[in-house]
Amino acid sequence: MSSPDSPAITADHVDVVLSGVPIVRQATFEIGPGESVAVTGNNGSGKTTLMRALLGLVPHRGTIRLFGTELGRFAQWRRIGYVPQRSSILVQQATAREVVATGRLGLRRPLWPASSTDRRAVGEALAAVGLSDRAGAPFVRLSGGQQQRVLIARALAGEADLMVWDEPLAGVDQATQGVLAGVLRELREHGRTVVMVLHEPGPLEPLIDRAITLVDGRVVADGPFLASAGGHEIHEIPHAQAHHTGLEVV
Amino acid sequence: MEWLALEFMQRALLAAVITGLAAPAIGTYLVQRRLSLLGDGLGHLAVAGVGLALLTGAAPLPLAVVVCVAGAVGIELLREFGRTSGDVGLAILFYGGLSAGLLLASLSGQGTGTLSAYLFGSLLTINAGELWVIAGLGVVVLVFCLGLLPQLFAVSADEPFARTIGLPVRLYNVAVVALAAVTVTVSMRTVGLLLVSALMVVPVATANHLVIGFRRSMLVAMAFGVLAAVGGTIGSFQFDTAPGALIVVISIALFALSWPVSELLARRRAPALELVDDQPPLSHELTEEHPHLHSEGCGHLAVQHGGHVDYIHDGHRHAAHEGHYDEH
Repeated sequence: MSSPDSPAITADHVDVVLSGVPIVRQATFEIGPGESVAVTGNNGSGKTTLMRALLGLVPHRGTIRLFGTELGRFAQWRRIGYVPQRSSILVQQATAREVVATGRLGLRRPLWPASSTDRRAVGEALAAVGLSDRAGAPFVRLSGGQQQRVLIARALAGEADLMVWDEPLAGVDQATQGVLAGVLRELREHGRTVVMVLHEPGPLEPLIDRAITLVDGRVVADGPFLASAGGHEIHEIPHAQAHHTGLEVV
Repeated sequence: MEWLALEFMQRALLAAVITGLAAPAIGTYLVQRRLSLLGDGLGHLAVAGVGLALLTGAAPLPLAVVVCVAGAVGIELLREFGRTSGDVGLAILFYGGLSAGLLLASLSGQGTGTLSAYLFGSLLTINAGELWVIAGLGVVVLVFCLGLLPQLFAVSADEPFARTIGLPVRLYNVAVVALAAVTVTVSMRTVGLLLVSALMVVPVATANHLVIGFRRSMLVAMAFGVLAAVGGTIGSFQFDTAPGALIVVISIALFALSWPVSELLARRRAPALELVDDQPPLSHELTEEHPHLHSEGCGHLAVQHGGHVDYIHDGHRHAAHEGHYDEH
């Protein structure tokens, strides 16, 4: 049952197999409310697939709970703010504001017009990522960094309790990295839970409580975020050894 | 204007307005989901419904609606579960629909001539009963398309995200194709089953040239739809031409005209991007490393800014200043 103290995410022996290939193997961890957690690992280590499994976008075996409720029965989707790895939005004429406004839909009733609260939340989300002056611009014409900021704003507009960000820093400029650090700091102050797939922590480093490291789909390290671990390539090590060495995965 | 007093013209104009509004409204979602030709396929399918009605003596419009909606929902579910091998399954279904319709019509003894009123439209012969059905279904399509605009936009723009915020994605997807089928059958008496797809797609493409914003472009597309439908109806009465064909020709003419207009608009919009209010004082904060040399036509957006030009990229505004760039 869901309670205020329930972990935001519980993963218990989660396996994901896509087209016959095991991508995530026996992933087990718990993320408490208010934690900022980085999920790290090399390309192809299963980070993105794990995130998609946590949100029910790919099938899994094992147990996933969101806020204490089994994924299959979870219905409070408005509490989740998902930022995908890159935008798949190709709608030529949609404006940045229209894209951000879709983040409110979990809170809105169908066939009812947007309230002033909805409009204010969208405006604040755009301001938080520094894009108020580009709100009316076509989304597809924005730069990669600006598109990433719009997707973050879309998740912010929904006022979610749990943010799931997939590589928010991938291919974005320094200005955007700084903006995202500010957003993350704000979310932490408001006690929101943030899980993000990260290659390089960059300016987010001081804001991360904990890192979960994947190698070949397995969790090989889970503990306080070590600056030295985040910035380096993680070399594949036998997972038995990883269990022995704990956090020394550098 | 004495033709306005003619009852059949009043009915024709009302039906044209409803079709002109509904077809581009649902068409906006189809174009966005890269399903521009779905309307064409559904038109073929509706022929089977009309043929069946001719054979059984039932009213063609309701029966065509039922057959077409059932087919559309089936196609969408097959698409979702990945059971159709690309376009082939759809092609078989659509041409099956067309040939079944022709066969049933000829079996009914009415010949295929009767079908042409549905294939190419027969706007000026719509009776009061048909108008009521067209109006009722048209209102359903419009309420759905406009009332659920934010939800349908979210689902067709980014399906995974729509799932993660708990929207009933499958329900909305099925509803869009079902209502596309309704629109096709509603339009079969006005523009005809073989031309209806044009009215679902062409005004949308025209609007996309001219305006920014999804909602705004849907409304503008509907305006163009009405313009073409009403213009085609009046023109076909005046010049004694086929109304469906004239409606589509007008739509395409509007589309062709929108090209030069959109070029002009783009030129006028570029300086409009100048940020006049809330302009912070010009800063002299130097950019970090900047190997790229900005110039006219360098690919970055150029904006007039207090007597000089800023180049915008990656969230920065760079202004050339004595051999380096300032952050503005």
